[in-house]
Amino acid sequence: MDNNVLKVNNLKTYFYTRHGTARAVNGIDFEVKHGECLCLVGESGCGKTVTALSILRLVESPPGKIVDGEVLYNNLDLTKCRIKRLRQIRGKDIAMVFQEAQSALNPVLTISDQIIEQIMLHLPLNKKEAHSRACGLLEEMGIPSVERVMNVYPHQLSGGMKQRALIAMGLSCNPQILIADEPTTAVDVTIKAQILDIFRDLKRKRQMSLLFITHDLAVVSEIGDRAVVLYGGKDVETAPVSEIIDNPKHPYTVGLIGCIPDISQTTGRLASIPGTIPSPLELPPGCPFHPRCSRVMDICRHQEPSYISISHTHKVSCFLYQ
Amino acid sequence: MANHDLLEIRNLKKYYSVTAGLLSKKAGDVKAVDGVSFTIKEREILGMVGESGCGKSTLGRTILRLEEPTAGEILYKGQDIIRLDKHELRELRKEIQIILQDPDASLDPKMTVGDSICEPLVIHNIGDEKARAQKVAELIQQVGLDVNCASYHPHEFSGGQKQRIGIARALAINPRLIIADEPVSALDVSIQAQILNLMVDVQEEFGLAYLFIAHDLSVIRHMAHRVVVMYLGKIVEQASKQELFQNPLHPYTEALLSAAPSFKSKGKQRIVLQGDVPSPLNPPPGCHFHPRCHRAMPICCQEEPELVEISAGHFVACHL
Repeated sequence: MDNNVLKVNNLKTYFYTRHGTARAVNGIDFEVKHGECLCLVGESGCGKTVTALSILRLVESPPGKIVDGEVLYNNLDLTKCRIKRLRQIRGKDIAMVFQEAQSALNPVLTISDQIIEQIMLHLPLNKKEAHSRACGLLEEMGIPSVERVMNVYPHQLSGGMKQRALIAMGLSCNPQILIADEPTTAVDVTIKAQILDIFRDLKRKRQMSLLFITHDLAVVSEIGDRAVVLYGGKDVETAPVSEIIDNPKHPYTVGLIGCIPDISQTTGRLASIPGTIPSPLELPPGCPFHPRCSRVMDICRHQEPSYISISHTHKVSCFLYQ
Repeated sequence: MANHDLLEIRNLKKYYSVTAGLLSKKAGDVKAVDGVSFTIKEREILGMVGESGCGKSTLGRTILRLEEPTAGEILYKGQDIIRLDKHELRELRKEIQIILQDPDASLDPKMTVGDSICEPLVIHNIGDEKARAQKVAELIQQVGLDVNCASYHPHEFSGGQKQRIGIARALAINPRLIIADEPVSALDVSIQAQILNLMVDVQEEFGLAYLFIAHDLSVIRHMAHRVVVMYLGKIVEQASKQELFQNPLHPYTEALLSAAPSFKSKGKQRIVLQGDVPSPLNPPPGCHFHPRCHRAMPICCQEEPELVEISAGHFVACHL
């Protein structure tokens, strides 16, 4: 199938620290199709953010290093291409929206300076044209009194507004892929609903691909087309979102869904996954989930499971289905 | 459920004055908590929900007098906490304990976990050394940790484990009421479920009452018996859990419920609120919620609605 816009193959990003090697991303595979929203789901330390950073080669090096795998964008391997070429792609073809809007924006530049800078870097527009393009984007994000917002500094805006300005900046060059790293995590519920609405609109109107990173399965079900569940630096299950929610296969996915209290019904005692998330410094041998797994078998302790296709859209890495 | 009130709060206010200019002239008040009244019964979990800046944490801290209230009464078993002197206050804190949001910041990094859990016993002069050590070991096991943990320092634990330690410390002196200020919001979902289960277990075992503060409605729905919804320092709605989730009356509660993402009710009609929570320094006149309300009427921007009882135990502050 050739409507993949981005393909990540066996990506491994390690961090060499004085405490040892942290295998933050330890062999992740997925592809993003044209016009779809792919969600990367997982708890803290599972490698979601490092995956996103690795795609654009933004991992600080040293200590971090992409040790294996490839990231293919239009048949160009972003992990190996020349930095000059990569700079043309960053922000223009593949843009990123970071989690913490406050630290992602430059505090000493006005919102307009920051958006215009990016537009003029990538597109053949003069300052005036760039300014009107920026205004248009902010308007599209549902920001009231655009002219005022353009001329203020980030600290003068509320969290939700900053997040919108950041999304507008990500969209400024009409990227083919937008990577959004936990864009709804730091904001309140009512603001979260507004931001999710914006993303839904974008997908519909602009036909662009979204790589949406979140820890919140409820958010995934609201916005995602397909989801990749990550655990211990590996993708353990990949499927369409409805499949993941209604028919999860991997014991971790099953556990994750069971332990979320739901707003639409009163739940009894929550199912919980015993133990804690393994540190990437000391990943357990075999399947990374086996010490917490309720259906662990002997083989899980010393052999890593490979991917099993349940159907042509659903794959899982677990010995239960072999 | 016993029927008498453990804690009663009447018209509680906490203002912070804001100064401006060279001579620090008073510029106004931030009305963090502005006339809040509610009760907590014995063995009851009262959920308190609201967005950031609505005054939930300030309220929790004010009950323990970690913040001095500006006005109002806090009655614990009929006794006004605000009038207590230092010694009486210390006695009171045997009965009311707090679990804080950030387990990292609430444990002393230089103390061993055992010492941290033991500290309330030392402060309140309970038991001798041997009895204390035994109590600490008991508590550590009760919250699901290994007994050997007592000699470790906080940095050797994960977030969820630290929260367990915080719970053990709060339980050390057998309180009646625990104020839990966002106890799970800093935790991952799989860990969050463990801590919520633990909190339910100890509540039943020790017969505790909780004031459970959270911004996450699904957590509130899981935990609470009754729910109070706050907006900009005021209670906008108060009802039993069933009533509130099935029949929300205030437009803000309605919006809050519909805004929360859920994976079990797909395709529901959602009310998306416009705009942000206004600053408590300069709240809009009339009903504080009217600029964002999808059902605002002319009266809403002039007159502040009173909290009225619509049906038994269901209070709402809205002109509708």
